[in-house]
Amino acid sequence: MTRIRIVLAVLALILAVAATAGAQGVLRIGLNDDPDAIDPTISRAYVGRLVFAAVCDKLFDVTPDLRIVPQLATAHEWGSDYKSLLIKLRPGVKFHDGEPLNGEAVKFNIERHLTTPGSFRKSEIGEIKTVEVVNDLTVRLHLSQPLVPLLAALTDRAGMMVSPKAARELGDRFGTRPVCAGPFKFVERVAQGKIVFERFADYWDKANIHLDRVEFVPILDSTARSASLRSGDLQMMERVSPADLEQLRADSRLKITGVPELGYQVIRLNVNNGPRGKLLGADVRLRQAIDLAIDRETLVKAVFNNEYIPGNQWVSPSHPYYNAKFPVRKRDVARARQLLREAGQPNLTFTLILPPERDRQEAAQVIQAMLSEAGITMNLQTQENVTMLQSGKKGDFEAYFTFWSGRPDPDGNAYTHFVCEGAQNDSHHCNKDLDALLLKARQVADPRERKKLYDQGIELVLRDAPALMLWHRRVFTGLSVKVQGFTPHPDGIIRLRGLKLS
Amino acid sequence: MTLPLYVAQRLVVLVPTLFFVSVMIFSLQQLLPGDPALALAGEERDPQAVEAIRKKYHLDRPLPVQYGIWIGNVLRGNLGESLRNKIPVTELLRSKLPVTVELALASMAIALVLGIPAGIISATRKGTPLDAAANLLALTGLSVPHFWLGIMLILLFAVHLGWLPASGYVPPWEDLRKNLTTLLLPAFVLGSGVAGVMMRHTRGAMLSVLGADYVRTARAKSLPERTVVLKHAFRNALIPVITLGAIEFGRLLAGAVLTEQIFAIPGFGKLLVDGVFNRDYAVVQGVVLVSATLFVLLNLAADIFYFLANPRLRG
Amino acid sequence: MTDPPIARRPHALRRLLRRPPAAIAAGVVVLFVGLAVAAPHVAPFDPVATNFSAVRKPPSAVYRLGTDEVGRDVLSRLIWGARASLLAGVIPVSIALVVSIPLGLFSGLVGGWIDGLIMRLTDAMLAIPFLIVAIALAAFLGPSLVNAMIAIGIAALPTFLRLARGTALGIKTEDYVESARALGCSRGRIALRHVLPNMVPPLLIQASITVAAAIIAEASLSFLGLGQQPPAPSWGSMLNAAQRYLSQAPWMALYPGLMIFFIVMALNVLGDGLRDALDPKHY
Repeated sequence: MTRIRIVLAVLALILAVAATAGAQGVLRIGLNDDPDAIDPTISRAYVGRLVFAAVCDKLFDVTPDLRIVPQLATAHEWGSDYKSLLIKLRPGVKFHDGEPLNGEAVKFNIERHLTTPGSFRKSEIGEIKTVEVVNDLTVRLHLSQPLVPLLAALTDRAGMMVSPKAARELGDRFGTRPVCAGPFKFVERVAQGKIVFERFADYWDKANIHLDRVEFVPILDSTARSASLRSGDLQMMERVSPADLEQLRADSRLKITGVPELGYQVIRLNVNNGPRGKLLGADVRLRQAIDLAIDRETLVKAVFNNEYIPGNQWVSPSHPYYNAKFPVRKRDVARARQLLREAGQPNLTFTLILPPERDRQEAAQVIQAMLSEAGITMNLQTQENVTMLQSGKKGDFEAYFTFWSGRPDPDGNAYTHFVCEGAQNDSHHCNKDLDALLLKARQVADPRERKKLYDQGIELVLRDAPALMLWHRRVFTGLSVKVQGFTPHPDGIIRLRGLKLS
Repeated sequence: MTLPLYVAQRLVVLVPTLFFVSVMIFSLQQLLPGDPALALAGEERDPQAVEAIRKKYHLDRPLPVQYGIWIGNVLRGNLGESLRNKIPVTELLRSKLPVTVELALASMAIALVLGIPAGIISATRKGTPLDAAANLLALTGLSVPHFWLGIMLILLFAVHLGWLPASGYVPPWEDLRKNLTTLLLPAFVLGSGVAGVMMRHTRGAMLSVLGADYVRTARAKSLPERTVVLKHAFRNALIPVITLGAIEFGRLLAGAVLTEQIFAIPGFGKLLVDGVFNRDYAVVQGVVLVSATLFVLLNLAADIFYFLANPRLRG
Repeated sequence: MTDPPIARRPHALRRLLRRPPAAIAAGVVVLFVGLAVAAPHVAPFDPVATNFSAVRKPPSAVYRLGTDEVGRDVLSRLIWGARASLLAGVIPVSIALVVSIPLGLFSGLVGGWIDGLIMRLTDAMLAIPFLIVAIALAAFLGPSLVNAMIAIGIAALPTFLRLARGTALGIKTEDYVESARALGCSRGRIALRHVLPNMVPPLLIQASITVAAAIIAEASLSFLGLGQQPPAPSWGSMLNAAQRYLSQAPWMALYPGLMIFFIVMALNVLGDGLRDALDPKHY
């Protein structure tokens, strides 16, 4: 008996030592919100994507300069009419439960995304009609219409692959114990608390994973989060707010990276959605006057201390698809006044609806002051987000202040927002030429050709001004100097390959 | 009037009250503008997703039907699930209850430690500067806006001095020391208000008791003043104070809404406010129902205690 | 056995002001009201005038208490904000009084199951946290100062209702009321001539306390974004804006809170003084 006890004790000692040695490889990342279900099909919240970066790999990924690169898939090939997409899979990839990633698994996943009730991926890849399994390592997607941006959709949740066996077993409880093919596998989740993952020994790219555990800790309050980062409780922090930057930058144990975001902050104007659209929809000169009276650079300087970037298009000025022929305009109050006079409304008055969110509240007050110098009275009406969404849809607004989080492909920033029947087009702005341009841009693959189309499209939008894009945020990530190998991406997602803790 | 009869009488009154609470909070939620299905459907606003959500949570049925479905589930122990993150409300409540209870207990402790001695001092040293000082402190505790006090304390103790964390919460089983430091400021903020109330009630109760016959008898017996105060006067003054304490505790349980927001304490209060702003109907209704029930039960407990401690009522 | 009705209000006022704390408190309240009324003449700057080059500046010779997040003068906003806060104190209480006095009178005098029903409803409302009721109502009505005041008024109803009804009940059984009934006085006459005047003192005391609570409630709602909307100044919305700049611009948070503190303290002291002056036991 005593011998067994000695053996057990030694084993325990070894394990303890191993555990403490491994414990150095624990990365704790602070989240701004509590993620919803960890299931790529039904996940909606942005913070969910940060968690997926640890547990669920996807078919393709996107680089900081927005090129699409292989991950679970190794290559892709469009059919000549862009209605079919051939995808070659990486051999030897296993899910966390040991099941193989093959053509059948991909077919299962795509169909899961398309048919699960409550799936949020349907609108992203709804154009996929069928999935053909060519062989174990090849699938072909057949689309109902050509849709080049579909590839970009496969770099996010729509391209994430879960183990079919686990999905069948767990059903709609899958989100509580996800089983995917990412570098880390799920360990536990404390309700509204931390989510823990540990290294997956059979990961296909295990050479590039240098961490033993990753913990995601939702801390809703930014002060508490910053404090945790500074005290060393967290090693990384996502989406640092500009108000906290000064304090964190002053701390020599921390590093802050900032990358222009993929999205934009925008004031949408009602031009044709119900009776309230009659005011600003009557004359494009009114909308141009509003645009000319705003000094975007002073706005960004005064409210955000130049941490954000003034913008006017559906992509940021540093984006490859930005139309350099139309840079951010300088403010021109005199011209604004002239346009108002010509349109017969020298004392234009309208109401801007905005949510309680502080960035926009402060910016709106600055814009209000700027507009008043051109004779425009902009009244502010605060509505909670939920209410504002509905007001927008019903057309119960003249202007509202919102944002778009952004997509890697410019189609995601433009199409549903500006085509006549677009789901995001609350303005009900309708320009058939613009529709044609944006539709064509989805159906060609050559980036230069696409750029030309988007260039023409944004020219139309800038001329008609149904929406005023104002600024682009920077995605700030806070990290301890102990974290090495971090490459910031415009989507703000922390990718774990190459990350090391010293 | 026997105790069981008294309790039975009070319980009978409880049922319609709780029924009205459920109707009120349900109606309040439905009054809120905005469409939660639209808000939950995600950024892309896929109309199919919106419809699916509406069906799943019965948002397309008439209001009385929705109420019926909800209350029917509640009576079977199912409080529904959060629209936002699909976690069952009962699970949310279970994880938040200890936090709220701990905060309430800590606040009560501070309130009692500060308030009762101040009340005793004020009553026994009536008219002296000590009395005036105690009164002033109580008044300050009552008058200071809690959320501002919280902000100012954060500024002083967390930002400038760095002695205490600015916000956040750590459960006691994870790190007891951190747990206490994160709770200190919010408990003080909440407790200072209740301390003021406790002080005044203690003072009032002590004053009326100190003039009573049995106290005069004790004094006539040449018992030391200390015994008179602590043994006789205080014990009787304690009755209304405990009754009040139970009620205040119940109020604290209902969620120190703003304090939790400022200090980022994941308790009922924060859950409620977030639920209202997110139109998370099930969460708000569940939390209010549970905390209202607790509040009402605590009131009942206080009344029973008062009833037992007061032989005159038993008649 | 019972005290005769107290209709000696002028004497009570003199009694109130004789004690120094109450007199000082009354003075502070008058000062605040004066500040609110005279705001256009006292405030050094336009409270909504922005200055993008003077954003979040500390107190200086020009901006005595510093500037806020869009460069507005904190001192001017503080003075103008008194209007919003004082209105927010008085109006909800008025709403609550106007509704609860007749309703409480009715409920207390009529008794029976109507009284029971009203009381259960009141209990139910009291069991829901006051701020939640206020938040839900304010959210329903839409974020604005007026709606916040209505919301607070409705949320404050149960307390006043309980008090009014309780007082009515207590007076109903007094000897002189029973004699009046015996003499053939109508119920309505009794209500107006005997019960109503005696409800005034306790309701007045409660009112002074509730004005203070309403000011804090408006500040709380504005703090959450549901009360006074920008750019109009209110102490609560100033605190809301100040929260994210706590370490960089603490003056934005310090002064509005102090103002709330002082007026609430003054009102509470006044309430105490009223209680002493109106309660026969204490003089």
